[in-house]
Amino acid sequence: MRLPGLVGSTWVLFRKDLLVEWRSRSRVNALVFFSLATLLLFSFALGPDTALLRRNAGGYLWLALLLASVLALGESFRVERENAALEGLRLIPVDARAIFLSKGLANAVLLTALGVLLVPVLVALFDVRVVLSWGRLLTLVGLGCLAIAAPGTLYGAIASHARARDVLLPLLLFPILIPALVAAAKGTTLVFEGDPMDQLPSWISLLGSFDLLYWGLGVVLFPRVVEE
Amino acid sequence: MAAMLQRLWNSGPVRAVRAFAAHPLVQRSFVVLTLAVFAYAAWVGLTQAPPDREMGDVQRIMYAHVPMVQMMLLAGTITFVCSVLYLFRASWKTDALAEASAELALVFGAIGTTLGSIWGRPTWGVYWAWDPRLTTVAILLVALAGYLALRRFVDDPERRAVWAAVTGIVIAVDVPIIYFSVKWWKSLHQVQSSPRTVDPQMVHALRWNITAFFLVFIVFLVVRYRIALAARVREVTVPDAAPSRTTQAVAS
Repeated sequence: MRLPGLVGSTWVLFRKDLLVEWRSRSRVNALVFFSLATLLLFSFALGPDTALLRRNAGGYLWLALLLASVLALGESFRVERENAALEGLRLIPVDARAIFLSKGLANAVLLTALGVLLVPVLVALFDVRVVLSWGRLLTLVGLGCLAIAAPGTLYGAIASHARARDVLLPLLLFPILIPALVAAAKGTTLVFEGDPMDQLPSWISLLGSFDLLYWGLGVVLFPRVVEE
Repeated sequence: MAAMLQRLWNSGPVRAVRAFAAHPLVQRSFVVLTLAVFAYAAWVGLTQAPPDREMGDVQRIMYAHVPMVQMMLLAGTITFVCSVLYLFRASWKTDALAEASAELALVFGAIGTTLGSIWGRPTWGVYWAWDPRLTTVAILLVALAGYLALRRFVDDPERRAVWAAVTGIVIAVDVPIIYFSVKWWKSLHQVQSSPRTVDPQMVHALRWNITAFFLVFIVFLVVRYRIALAARVREVTVPDAAPSRTTQAVAS
């Protein structure tokens, strides 16, 4: 029997991850309500000043996504720990890089969907307007979620086998993600508030470089993380 | 004495250096030398160097702040290099050295940043500014704390070593990106001091202090490295002494 190549096995595993997610939908539901609650909390913590809330909406979106991502990433590897599914995959044998790529992409897709879902909520809650095109906003959300997913998947695999994994994942992940957070939040604010100085391309390219670097690094390092 | 020299002579130059450095008398003299240089450097910095024309005596904090931040960078580089080396060729020595230098990076970085903050209050008027370099160091310190927490939370020494190496590389790769992103985020730039812009007597004091802190760094690093290596050897050879492999196997 011929084993599928890297792209083939990535695709199969990616579909498997999304299917597992779709069958239960428990993670999606939890994430949606968690991030909605987060957005509400921001407005309560900062008071009813609409102008202030609208100005900072881009930042709130990314904070909500970042906090939700910790739950999503932890959960994505908890599923694999049950019945030692990850070990089973490794025994087939599946290329570990394919596991990284599929898990990372599935996490990125999930977070992007969450981000897309949160934008109308931002419009309703904080009265933001999408001044620039929706395409740019989608590009930012997609690139930002890819940026969270790459180091997140790498660290999720590590933290899922450590003690105190719920504490460890954000402790490892948040400092690393600060550049991505800065770029994504700044870019989103520009989309909402207008971009007279044409700064958006540089933030998008920063986010893109972050993605390239960490997806590359993940493909190289992930096989060492899950080896026995 | 003659027998010792003879033995050194016979054992080849590299071994000779190592045997020399391993001798307790040599090590004790090195520590004494470090303390002496440190005391002299502190004396030069506190009394001999002129006070700054605008900042006054507050500027003397620089003689501790600059060397400590430099040692943090040095320690961080050692951690990064050891992490890469470990992934190519697993060795408890590189793992122990990575752990030792990461801890030192955190200690020197935290004290160096605090000193800089104390200096910043009378000079800039604030304890903290969102300057790219300041922010990068602060994020790096938090990331290092995460790295050290990971080391505490993983019981299996082999997995811990691999995962710590991966984390070390991920953090090191992030440093330039953090710097650029913060620079674009808010450009409040400090002019870097170089020997050309500073009074020669101040350079003299700074050089002595950098040497002193470097010697202190070496002493700390060697001591911490030995402790880490001994702990690793104990974990691997006497697994019962530390609850490592067995509990891990049952749990997973």
